[in-house]
Amino acid sequence: MEAIGIWPHIADQAQPVKRIEITDSGLDAGIRPVLLAWDNDLHEIEGTSTAAHIVPLPRLNAALETAAASERSIAIVRPAAARSFSVGEFSADIELEGGDTIAAPLAVAADGRNSILRQASGIKTVGWPYEQIGIATTIEHELDHGGIAVQHFLPAGPFAILPLPGRKSCVTWTESAAEGHRIMLLDDNAFLEELDLRFGGKLGRLKLAGSRKAWPLSVHLARAYIANRLALVGDAAHGVHPIAGQGLNLAFRDVAAMTEVIADATRTGLDIGSSAVLERYERWRRFDSMLAAGAFDALNAFFSQENRLLRSAREVGLQLVDRFPALKRTFITEAAGLTGELPKLLKGELP
Amino acid sequence: MTSGSGGGSGGTRPTIDDAELQRFAALAADWWDPKGKFRPLHQIGPVRLEFVRDRLKEHFKLDGRGIKALAGLSVLDIGCGGGLICEPLARMGAKVTGIEPKEANIKAAIAHAKPQGLDIDYRAATVEDLVAAGETFDAVVCLEVVEHVPDVAAFLKSCAAAAKPDGIMVLSTINRTLKSFALAIVGAEYVLRWLPVGTHQWDRFITPQELERHVAAAGMRLGPAKGMVYNPLRDSWSLSSDTDVNYLAAATR
Repeated sequence: MEAIGIWPHIADQAQPVKRIEITDSGLDAGIRPVLLAWDNDLHEIEGTSTAAHIVPLPRLNAALETAAASERSIAIVRPAAARSFSVGEFSADIELEGGDTIAAPLAVAADGRNSILRQASGIKTVGWPYEQIGIATTIEHELDHGGIAVQHFLPAGPFAILPLPGRKSCVTWTESAAEGHRIMLLDDNAFLEELDLRFGGKLGRLKLAGSRKAWPLSVHLARAYIANRLALVGDAAHGVHPIAGQGLNLAFRDVAAMTEVIADATRTGLDIGSSAVLERYERWRRFDSMLAAGAFDALNAFFSQENRLLRSAREVGLQLVDRFPALKRTFITEAAGLTGELPKLLKGELP
Repeated sequence: MTSGSGGGSGGTRPTIDDAELQRFAALAADWWDPKGKFRPLHQIGPVRLEFVRDRLKEHFKLDGRGIKALAGLSVLDIGCGGGLICEPLARMGAKVTGIEPKEANIKAAIAHAKPQGLDIDYRAATVEDLVAAGETFDAVVCLEVVEHVPDVAAFLKSCAAAAKPDGIMVLSTINRTLKSFALAIVGAEYVLRWLPVGTHQWDRFITPQELERHVAAAGMRLGPAKGMVYNPLRDSWSLSSDTDVNYLAAATR
C-alpha cells in the first residue's frame, strides 16, 4: 500500500493488530482460556512494524479508486459488464453489455467467484460447499480493545473479533447453515444476544454498529489460472475458507505477481499475453494458493469438530505452538501473507 | 544516434499478399510455438533480451525505465528467423531490420508481425549484402548464429562493418567445453529432445577467447561475457557468471 501510494490515504483509519489471541472452547464454557497468543510484532521481518492492520473496506476502495482515476494510463469504463469473451491470435476481446468491445493483448479476470471470463474461456473449477455460512457485522463495545484480535474456535466454526479504530470491532463468524439462517432471521436484539453468547465477554456491553451480512461458505480452485490471453486473479482463481482471513491477502499476492510478470515482460518487449509470459504467473501463484486453500480447509475441519479427543489434541497442539517461538513466527508470517517467493509489491517495492 | 541509413538496398524485401500471409502463418506458428521445435529459443528469450537491452542502454546512455527503452536506435538482427528477437526490440521502440537468408522464414516473420501492427524491415539477405550496399546501424545483434557459420572470422568482420563507428554489437553463442557437449548436444538434442539431433556440431562451438580474437580482428573490443544457465526446478533461464555453455557478450570500438 505504501509502494503504490495508497497508505497515506488509509493510515488514519487503519487499526494495527497488536496482539492475536486464540481460544478453543465449547459455547457453555464459563471462561475461555487463551491457548495461544502472540504479540503481533514483525520488526525483523520485511521492515514492517505490525503484521496486520484492519482497514474498513469502503475507505480502502475509495483510496484505490482515487489513485486509479488520477493515473493517466488507466481508463475506467463504468458502468460495464462483460457479455462475452473471445480470443484472437493477438488480442483478447471483451464484448460489453451495450455492444462495445474492448481489445487488448491480455485480459486479467478479477470478476470474482462466478467469473464470466473464466467460464467463457472454459476453465473448470474444483470445489465444494461447506455446510456453513459466514456472518459479519460491526459492533461497538464499552471497553477498549487494545488492538487485540481474537479468534474463538467454537464448535460450529471460528468466531473472529477484529479491532477497528475507536471502540469498534468487526465480527465475522462461521455457523452451521441451519443455525446461521435461524440467527440471521432474528431481530436486532435477539441477534445481538446470540453474538454476545459467542463473544467471550471481555469488552463490556455490546451494541450493533452496522448492518449484518451473511453468505454461504465454499472453497473453489480454478483448474488453470491462465488460458489463451487470459489470467485469473483473486476469487476468480480461488476461493478459500475465511477462517484465516486470507482471501484478500491471496488476491494481493496474485495482483502483485501479475504486475511484476507484466512489467518484466513489457520491459523486455515481450507479448504480455503470450503463453510463455502467462505461464510464469501461473507457476508463481498456483502452488501457493492451492496450498493455502488446502491448509485453511484442513484447519477448518480440524477446529469445527465437537469431539473431546480432538479438542484435547488441539489444546496440546496450540499450547505447543505457544511454547516455541520459531513455530509461532511461522504462524504469524503465514497469517500476514509473507511466505512463499514474494512479489516486489508485497515487499514494498515497485516492480 | 540517428536512425539507420534506412531505405538501403541490400537484399530483397519480399512483398506479401493475403494468400501468402495465410500460407506462411503455419511456419510462423512453428517459430512462435513456445512448446514447439524452437522451445529453447523461447526459453532463453527473456534473458537474451534483458542482456541486449541493458548493453544498448548502457552504451547509448539511455535511461528510460519505461516501455520504449530503445526508442530512437536502429538495430540490425542478423539471422532473425521468425522474428523472435525483432518483435520485442521493435516493442521496446527500436527501428528494427531483420535479415535471414531463407525467404520462407522472412515471410513467416512478416506474417507474424503484420497483424500486430509492428513495423519491422524484414529482408531475405545476408549481412554481406547489406555491407556491400553500405548500410550501417547503431546496434548489430547476432544471437545463436556464429556457431552455425563456416567462416567465423569473415562473418564477424561483416557484422562489425554493419555497425556504425560508435555502434555496438551483441553476440551470443555456445562455448566449446565438455559441459557444453554434455548439455547442449547430448542433453538438449538426445535426451530432452529440445532440438533435432544434428542441430549443433560441437567442433563449431566457439570459446569466449576465440570470439574475442575474431572480434578484435574485426576492429572491435569484446566486453565481459555473461553466461546463461538453466534452472531445471524453475524451468527457466537466468544470467550468470558461468560461461561454460551458452554465453553472451557485447563489442564496441
